[in-house]
Amino acid sequence: MRFIFDSNTWQEIFGSISKNKTRTVITVIGVLWGIFIYIALAGSAQGLNNGFDKAFKTVAMNSMFVWPQSTSMPHDGFKTGRQMDLRLNDVSTIQNRIQEVQYIAPRIRQGDGGPNSEPVYTVKGQKSGNYGLYGDYPVYTKIATKKIYDGGRFINEEDIEQARKVIVIGERVQQELFEKDEDPIGAYIRVGTVYFQVVGVHKLANGVSFDSDSDMFIPFTTHRKLYNTGDLVSYLCIAAYDDVDVVKVEKDIKALLRSTKRVHPDDERAFGSFNLGEAFGRTMDFAFGLTFMSLIVGIATILAGVIGIGNILLISVKERTKELGVRRALGATPSEVRNLIVLESVFLTLIAGVLGIILGAGVLSAINAFTKDVDFPYTNPTVPIPYVLGALVIMVVLGTLIGLIPAQRAVSIKPIDALREE
Amino acid sequence: MIEIKNLHKSYKMGSNSLHVLKGINFSVEEGELVAIMGSSGSGKSTLLNILGMLDELDEGSYDLDGVPIKNLNETKAANYRNKFLGFVFQSFNLINYKSAMENVALPLYYQRVGRKERQEKALKYLDQVGLKEWAEHLPSELSGGQKQRVAIARAMAAEPKVLLADEPTGALDSKTSYEVMDLIQKINDQGNTILIVTHEPDIADMCKRIVHLKDGIILEDKKIKQVRASEYV
Ligand SMILES: Nc1ncnc2c1ncn2[C@@H]1O[C@H](COP(=O)(O)OP(=O)(O)OP(=O)(O)O)[C@@H](O)[C@H]1O
Ligand SMILES: [Mg+2]
Repeated sequence: MRFIFDSNTWQEIFGSISKNKTRTVITVIGVLWGIFIYIALAGSAQGLNNGFDKAFKTVAMNSMFVWPQSTSMPHDGFKTGRQMDLRLNDVSTIQNRIQEVQYIAPRIRQGDGGPNSEPVYTVKGQKSGNYGLYGDYPVYTKIATKKIYDGGRFINEEDIEQARKVIVIGERVQQELFEKDEDPIGAYIRVGTVYFQVVGVHKLANGVSFDSDSDMFIPFTTHRKLYNTGDLVSYLCIAAYDDVDVVKVEKDIKALLRSTKRVHPDDERAFGSFNLGEAFGRTMDFAFGLTFMSLIVGIATILAGVIGIGNILLISVKERTKELGVRRALGATPSEVRNLIVLESVFLTLIAGVLGIILGAGVLSAINAFTKDVDFPYTNPTVPIPYVLGALVIMVVLGTLIGLIPAQRAVSIKPIDALREE
Repeated sequence: MIEIKNLHKSYKMGSNSLHVLKGINFSVEEGELVAIMGSSGSGKSTLLNILGMLDELDEGSYDLDGVPIKNLNETKAANYRNKFLGFVFQSFNLINYKSAMENVALPLYYQRVGRKERQEKALKYLDQVGLKEWAEHLPSELSGGQKQRVAIARAMAAEPKVLLADEPTGALDSKTSYEVMDLIQKINDQGNTILIVTHEPDIADMCKRIVHLKDGIILEDKKIKQVRASEYV
């Protein structure tokens, strides 16, 4: 190992590398390209990963929706096609019977259960618009994070108890009904025929969101009173505990609903559901697949590059047969010749690797700068340091192994034959 | 210095084998300047390569400075070459991407001499062959005679016990050949042992002893009166 720390060795290697410039450049480009692809791909995958993470942060990842549809099988004396509904007592049934459920937020959408399913005509002074209206419980924000602008709040328990006429409006509603410098909090707007006091403005969440910026929320109890919907519910937002299997919970809930509503146990159509955890899992699988792919592709390209180095060294060893013969006539031992070739290989690989990493990092930060203001799930594309170091280690190991082939070849021929070579 | 007894060497080519050296007995004292002559294919280079440990003998014995040279592995042979021997080739064999000085310094590198000392020594020997000003030049920028002088400087730099030269003037015109011979004679004057393969009689006459090979045996081995190359330069 002494030779590695011998400055003379490095002078020899540096001499041979710097004096054979074309060879060096071609060799370096191969590996550089490989490591560049690796860094760029792995970084981009990480960026997408981070982007997805950020997009899903606004909702509970293990949440789902359940809504009523109509039966598709006759059962218990009922004909097929019976319209299903969900009621407030179903909420407590689920809560009591299914342990894995953490939160349930029943929601009612204006129109469901009533004659008009249109958005509600809303007026503020001279301005007006049509906006979606929901009756909600405070627990809703546990499942879907709502960013409320400063000074405002979401619906609270007292609103529910007293069925207050308070409303949380969307960002767009504010823009359309209020002047720019007007504070909406405390102001009154007319929703349909009834006046509501604005208590909060919710900000549109970046990424995945259950609501749009033109939706308005009022207390569930206020809604049922105004529109006479009784304990009818449009759909349930349900969040399971963090460490449970959401798909199983989803199945259990639907099975429970079927049995309480006297629906055929196999009737999958009676209740609809959408599982965000699963959707998130799929996106994450995609992101993971991308990372994995980029690893494979990157490593393959690095491998190709290193093999390229081996190839070029092999050619150069052939070209340098005579030179190596002269070196041996002058007293170079076989191991000195071998070390020269292997170290050349490792050195070239390392130079190429470091350049590739720098270049890849540059491109990543450029992409990051470009996508900063674009609505695209891509955040902070970085390659973890262990990955980079891992790549470097792999390259050094491969460079050594690959270098051994031409090195062995260089010493396998007798010095006299090497000298005779023309 | 060199002691060879009953040396045999044959080359195997497929099923045939070519018996090139058929029992050579021959010794060289320190400070001699020997010319090895003979027609083409008589085995001159083969003999010199065996002396240079670049090739192995089949039969017989070879002692160099009292050390028996037998069954050496490549590493040992390399160390002996480095310590005992200097080579000058017909085709110079300089490393084309190294400057004259770097070429001369190369055997010192394999002796693990430090960089500074290497350069100083290389310059000293380049000065001896009259090429100090050309130290930084690449071989491609030198004439044939200059290249051979660099090669001689390189062979001398390691301060070997024996200098082996296979047709050192073979690629040079007669005027340049005499310059090179003048240099070799001067090195010999300092007490160095030198063996030269040549088939030019005028070059052989500039040595102190001529060994004539024919068909793998020594036909004639005689001491002569040396012709000084400086008379022709
Ligand atoms: N590596 C080898 N394999 C097979 N035969 C060889 C080899 N080297 C030399 N020979 C043969 O051995 C014989 C002696 O060769 P050698 O090179 O010693 O001759 P030489 O006296 O140096 O000739 P020249 O004056 O032409 O250089 C020749 O017939 C040659 O063909
Ligand atoms: Mg010959």
